[in-house]
Amino acid sequence: MPETFERVPIKLKVNGKSRAVSVEPRTLLVELLREGLDLTGTHVGCDTTYCGACTVLMNGAAVKSCTIYAVQADGAEIVTVEGLEKDGQLHPIQKAFGESYGLQCGYCTPGLLLSTYQLLSSNKQPNEKEIRKAIAGNTCRCTGYQNIFKAIRLAAQNTKGT
Amino acid sequence: MYPQAFHYHRASSLKEAATMLVQLGEEAKLLAGGQSLIPLMKLRFASPQHLVDLNFIPGTSYVKEENGALQFGALTRHAEIENSATAGEIPIIHDCAAGIADAQVRNRGTIGGSIAEADPSGDWATVLLTQAAEVRCLGPGADSERTVPLNQFITDAYTTVLAHGELVSEIVVKIPPKGTGGAYLAFKRTAPVYPTASAAVQLSMDGDVCKDAAIALGCVGLTAIKATEAEATLHGQQVTDRVIAAAMEAARAAADPQPDMRGSAEYKRALVSALVKRAIKIAMRRARGEQVEASHIYA
Repeated sequence: MPETFERVPIKLKVNGKSRAVSVEPRTLLVELLREGLDLTGTHVGCDTTYCGACTVLMNGAAVKSCTIYAVQADGAEIVTVEGLEKDGQLHPIQKAFGESYGLQCGYCTPGLLLSTYQLLSSNKQPNEKEIRKAIAGNTCRCTGYQNIFKAIRLAAQNTKGT
Repeated sequence: MYPQAFHYHRASSLKEAATMLVQLGEEAKLLAGGQSLIPLMKLRFASPQHLVDLNFIPGTSYVKEENGALQFGALTRHAEIENSATAGEIPIIHDCAAGIADAQVRNRGTIGGSIAEADPSGDWATVLLTQAAEVRCLGPGADSERTVPLNQFITDAYTTVLAHGELVSEIVVKIPPKGTGGAYLAFKRTAPVYPTASAAVQLSMDGDVCKDAAIALGCVGLTAIKATEAEATLHGQQVTDRVIAAAMEAARAAADPQPDMRGSAEYKRALVSALVKRAIKIAMRRARGEQVEASHIYA
């Protein structure tokens, strides 16, 4: 084990804002976001690449931020759940989750919102199978998923043409 | 969960990464997509002193067609292969890429990393074992390139022929001719987990008669298993239900599964033989030119 915990300087953009930080190599991206940048909307669930509560967008792709070292995000653009709203207005995906009761405790919701975001950015009108596949890496232990599917269908409808 | 502290190195070329491995010694490991390595490090099953990050090397992520073969850069993400029309020319490759874990993991995990990791439950090795596939390897020296046939690349669980200081640069898969068809089916409890068992089948058909067959079984041994006896039951035969039943029986016998939380050995044998049956049927239809969707099965 290294005796000195050297830190590595990195630059990244988080929710549109440029950040320059220095991190220990073993710092996970989710820890940098939560502990270093105080963006606690991204959750840690299983911490083993299973549950998807820590899902964020990295250069537009949904990734599990508990399974990426922060140093790997050097130069990357990160979007967390905090980056979805604009000018105090919830994103249409967030609104759809609210209107469809697509959450109960809310723990998995940030991850589901970002997985949905990635789905709808490449596929404006996903079918049922594509919706299920897109969120297969996000575990919800409250809802039984039906209202989440409903929310994603509604979000697709509301973001059509945007 | 935190891994043990390590030194971080960023390579700017594959050659430099190989050189770094040699300089840093046996306690250095490569970081590709990290979807296996980082969880292993967090659980402290692996605690390398040095990580050499390959992710910043340009030109290592691609799907190209050349001389009747598909070439995959070592750092090509599963998602890129899943969405590549070029890769879709070999349907079994698409089956594999599109079914691995979940969208988030497919956005990070790489084909080169999967092969080099040689996890007994990995998807790629099982699929590529049924193809004419080669692994291009690169070392630090001037004359250190070599090409290893895929069936000689993985030698044991988590073990390949790669020397320390050698890495995977490219995977090459020959495009099967017309009249052939393949399918890959894996059975999983949920998306993010490894399959309980999987089967890859590639058939070359002349009407109803099977001219050639390749069958590989995944997650039921220390490496993916080439089920040669099962293949032999199909050779030169009209593929009737009776012949398929014989192939299933041979696949069951070839499997050598460990009982674990995913099921008993007997359960996995039964499962893998059923997957072989389904994969044969899809492969036959694809050989006839039918478009058939196949993907991982959940239960």
